[in-house]
Amino acid sequence: MSDADLKQTPLYEAHLAAGARMVPFAGYSMPVQYKDGVLKEHLWTREHAGLFDVSHMGQARLRGADPFAAFETLTPGDFTGLKPGKQRYSMLLNDAGGVVDDLMGSRPDDDGLFLVVNGACKDGDFALIAEKLDGVAELERLDDRALLALQGPEAAAVLAKHAPAAADLAFMETAAMTAFGVDALVSRSGYTGEDGYEISIPASAAVAVWDALLADERVKPIGLGARDSLRLEAGLPLYGHDLDETTSPVEGDLTFALSKRRREAGDFPGALRILAELAGEGLQRKRVALKVSGAPAREGAEIADESGAVVGVVTSGGFGPSFGGPVALGFVPQALSAVGARLQVIVRGRPQAAEVVAAPFVPHRYFRKKA
Amino acid sequence: MSELRFTKDHEWVALDGDVATIGITAYAADQLGDVVFVEVPEVGKTVKAGDGLAVVESVKAASDVYAPVGGEVVAANTELGDSPETVNAVPEAGGWFAKLKVADPAEVAALMDRAAYEDFLQTL
Repeated sequence: MSDADLKQTPLYEAHLAAGARMVPFAGYSMPVQYKDGVLKEHLWTREHAGLFDVSHMGQARLRGADPFAAFETLTPGDFTGLKPGKQRYSMLLNDAGGVVDDLMGSRPDDDGLFLVVNGACKDGDFALIAEKLDGVAELERLDDRALLALQGPEAAAVLAKHAPAAADLAFMETAAMTAFGVDALVSRSGYTGEDGYEISIPASAAVAVWDALLADERVKPIGLGARDSLRLEAGLPLYGHDLDETTSPVEGDLTFALSKRRREAGDFPGALRILAELAGEGLQRKRVALKVSGAPAREGAEIADESGAVVGVVTSGGFGPSFGGPVALGFVPQALSAVGARLQVIVRGRPQAAEVVAAPFVPHRYFRKKA
Repeated sequence: MSELRFTKDHEWVALDGDVATIGITAYAADQLGDVVFVEVPEVGKTVKAGDGLAVVESVKAASDVYAPVGGEVVAANTELGDSPETVNAVPEAGGWFAKLKVADPAEVAALMDRAAYEDFLQTL
């Protein structure tokens, strides 16, 4: 794809003005880093607050007589039980039980189900949802909205100045509110492992909101490079790398997103395979977190057992700036997937020691309300 | 030690007698971003011009450093193992990767001088 074919978010000019290095990502020209570079941006987000433009992601509303029940036919999540003000991580499944995309579904207001999906998958996702739910629910793409993520331990204090109601939200809660003088859909979530928010606003307001947040000295713009190292340290899978249409939620270590009621009912796409894998039958591989010794093991690096036999592959990996060493996610046979399992990764033809560890590499710091 | 010579792959070479010290330029270090891992060659290894000599890794990616000239590795900067950030801090001094005993010093003289390298950077 030539640069001329790349789409731009409403913040394209703002990124250039902030000194961004732009790269193609999900069909968009996106900032991979700003002047400070990936390492400093990563550490800033863990210590203060990082502002990310994630407007390439797909936003949509699903409406109808019962959009929640309708959406359940495509996913293994409990959406009929999703209460107003709550958000849920889920995924679209194909009939073979593979993950078509992972997503967030939420109820910020009374206007049906609000969806946020991956940018690279959005056209396919929305076409699939519209087709499968034709006549049952109506999907409206919200291409006229921007999406910002404000992440880090100081995110809450920063956003409270502009949107006091955001302070009342706990992790995975959401609300529609007037903030920055516009209608905003705010959820307390993100993909860095830190406390923080995702803020959906009209595209026409994106620059003003971006500038208002950056006017706070606790906030710096953060590029996709640090977004990737932050989510990797948080142990969070990236669709298209750690998950694809062949990967089941059990293989992908996403069983937490398989609702108990839906498991008992077995009424989601690919249930036959997924329920069998949950019962320990036919599970081919499992996603693990690996602590790597030596050079970082990147996507595509082979994983071997202690005898040197190749048993799996790294699906994303790199250096974890807060962890202080190389970290990776990859797939191995279940028998080698237990925490403490000793493996090897092959980097530039040479084996290096690797060990299965409990994810995340850096503890999550989500804001949960005390019971 | 002679003035630095440069390659289009953004390596620099400093020749002292028949020993060439090799590193990457400030431009390359800036493009790579923060270096988090460096792999230097074993002393005694023989390389031809264009062979992989070292590997530098930033947070995002791994990049090969090629031997600008042929020769035998007589020293490697193993201190970069503990302090890879030196490559960003002083790329054209303490951030060197290896010293080669060069077979043909004329190979070094044939590389770009700083003025020619600066002109080359303007074309990128």
